[in-house]
Amino acid sequence: MSFADALSIAASVRAGDRTATEVLEEHLGRIAERETEIHAFNLVTEQDARATAAAVDAAVAAGNDPGPLAGVPVAIKDNLCTRGVPTTCSSKILEGWRPPYDATVVQRLAAAGAVAVGKTNLDEFAMGSSTENSAFGPTRNPHDTSRVPGGSSGGSAAAVAAGFAPISLGSDTGGSIRQPAALCGVVGVKPTYGLVSRLGLVAFGSSLDQVGPFAHTVADAALVCEVVGGHDAGDSTSIPGDFPAVTEHLSDGVSGLRVGIVTEMMGEGIAPDVAARVRAAAAALAAAGATVEEVSVPAVTFGLSAYYLVAPAEASSNLSRYDGVRFGNRIEAATTGEMMTATRTAGFGDEVKRRIMLGTFVLSAGYFDAFYGTAQKVRTLMRQDFDAAYEQFDVLISPTSPTTAFAIGDKTADPMTMYLNDICTIPTNLAGHAAMSVPFGTGDDGLPVGVQVLAPALGEIPMFRAAAVLEAAALAEGGAK
Amino acid sequence: MAERITTEDVTKVANLARLALTPDELETFTGQLAEILEHADDIAALDLAGVEPMARPLPLVNVFRADEPGTPLDRDEVLACAPVSEDGQFRVPPVLGEAP
Repeated sequence: MSFADALSIAASVRAGDRTATEVLEEHLGRIAERETEIHAFNLVTEQDARATAAAVDAAVAAGNDPGPLAGVPVAIKDNLCTRGVPTTCSSKILEGWRPPYDATVVQRLAAAGAVAVGKTNLDEFAMGSSTENSAFGPTRNPHDTSRVPGGSSGGSAAAVAAGFAPISLGSDTGGSIRQPAALCGVVGVKPTYGLVSRLGLVAFGSSLDQVGPFAHTVADAALVCEVVGGHDAGDSTSIPGDFPAVTEHLSDGVSGLRVGIVTEMMGEGIAPDVAARVRAAAAALAAAGATVEEVSVPAVTFGLSAYYLVAPAEASSNLSRYDGVRFGNRIEAATTGEMMTATRTAGFGDEVKRRIMLGTFVLSAGYFDAFYGTAQKVRTLMRQDFDAAYEQFDVLISPTSPTTAFAIGDKTADPMTMYLNDICTIPTNLAGHAAMSVPFGTGDDGLPVGVQVLAPALGEIPMFRAAAVLEAAALAEGGAK
Repeated sequence: MAERITTEDVTKVANLARLALTPDELETFTGQLAEILEHADDIAALDLAGVEPMARPLPLVNVFRADEPGTPLDRDEVLACAPVSEDGQFRVPPVLGEAP
């Protein structure tokens, strides 16, 4: 599958060689062809998209520049607020809700000339690793529709992989951009915590959540980061200043760059064919002039335990707002208390209920110190162990996901089995660092493998330099296994 | 090592979280929560004396903005998102006392 990238679309639209309308219709055509089979979207906003594309074309015709993403179709994860357009988080509890404002990232995409084509499916409230926990049914992997696309941003990853849009936005709390990017064979970026505004991102784990792009190419992903990133006065955790100037450094190469392979992410639980691709990536970086060595980051082995206490704790607090009073669905009952219980019981799916109860438990009197307090201390260990590694290395590499895409229904019976998908991605969120997944060939089953490039906070420039070299190496390899 | 979570614990937290569980759900969720909490035995066994807890990736700083009037969300538009509203306010069933 090969589709036009965002940069070349924007260049042709800005130059007047193609109209945004033509570009849009081509993508809507592909959606019409395969969306029934893939189910990447909760909603395709064809009419709004046509109006937006027409406005871009009018701007070009009038001699104005619509922006760096002129006429580029973009798919938006359905946990990002879109003014007047249903935003469901793939949950029944938000049925009928039309947000009264746009998320900052949605505004910035529009201001850059992008054309929003729809809202993509996700695991309910972004809780899951397969997009099977959606109230609207699962999304399927475009490479093999019997497999999951990963999650929680599975719809956004599948939309890019299927050619429905060259770029999309997702959110990443424990790997929800990087893991589906890996499974769908596209680029996915989780920027440093605080670099991209969370205003208008429906909150899951507020100290972990970060918005980022999916794209076919590293250069497209870099451009989207610069467009949507940078300070936002509407998010109190937003870092002052612009997103690091990653697009200027994509051709810098990796000569002299120090790259560490994370030992703890190469052994137990990692499929041998996936580990082999990471070794091949390491060799490619070394061949391009980087120094590559193994490095131990001991605390990452405790990431899963810490995450499944911290994230549910924050979720239980954040999701208390769904009470049938201010937005979404309500099940009527005689008293407010009964109405809230009836609404939440009918509105949330099992995984969301599980995490709310887990979070409520670990925050409750008598258990707080033992569970939540301990997990917070492990976050400090994680930060310290990464800091030590980053004294010797500029970036680290690992698998993004322990396996290639698994079959739909394979891991839904046991929550813990599903959670193990995130062992390589979770540590970055706990530390608040940056990481991205770059497609790097395929596994023994012929399905895409993603290599994860990890970087310290604000280490996006070396991270993208390494990613660009890996992308070129994978291309040169020509899909060799 | 914490004691295994019981159906009584889960009943209590479900109530706190305003979720109603069927007897079957109570059994299933209790087993699943126990498995997840047991996974955390690995971090419970760590010696974390002297390690500071980390609540957020960035240091907490006061964020100030210029005291300039802006345009807030439109009240009617916000109320239109609610299941029921009346006279410019959210409407809920009785909170105190018996149901009518």
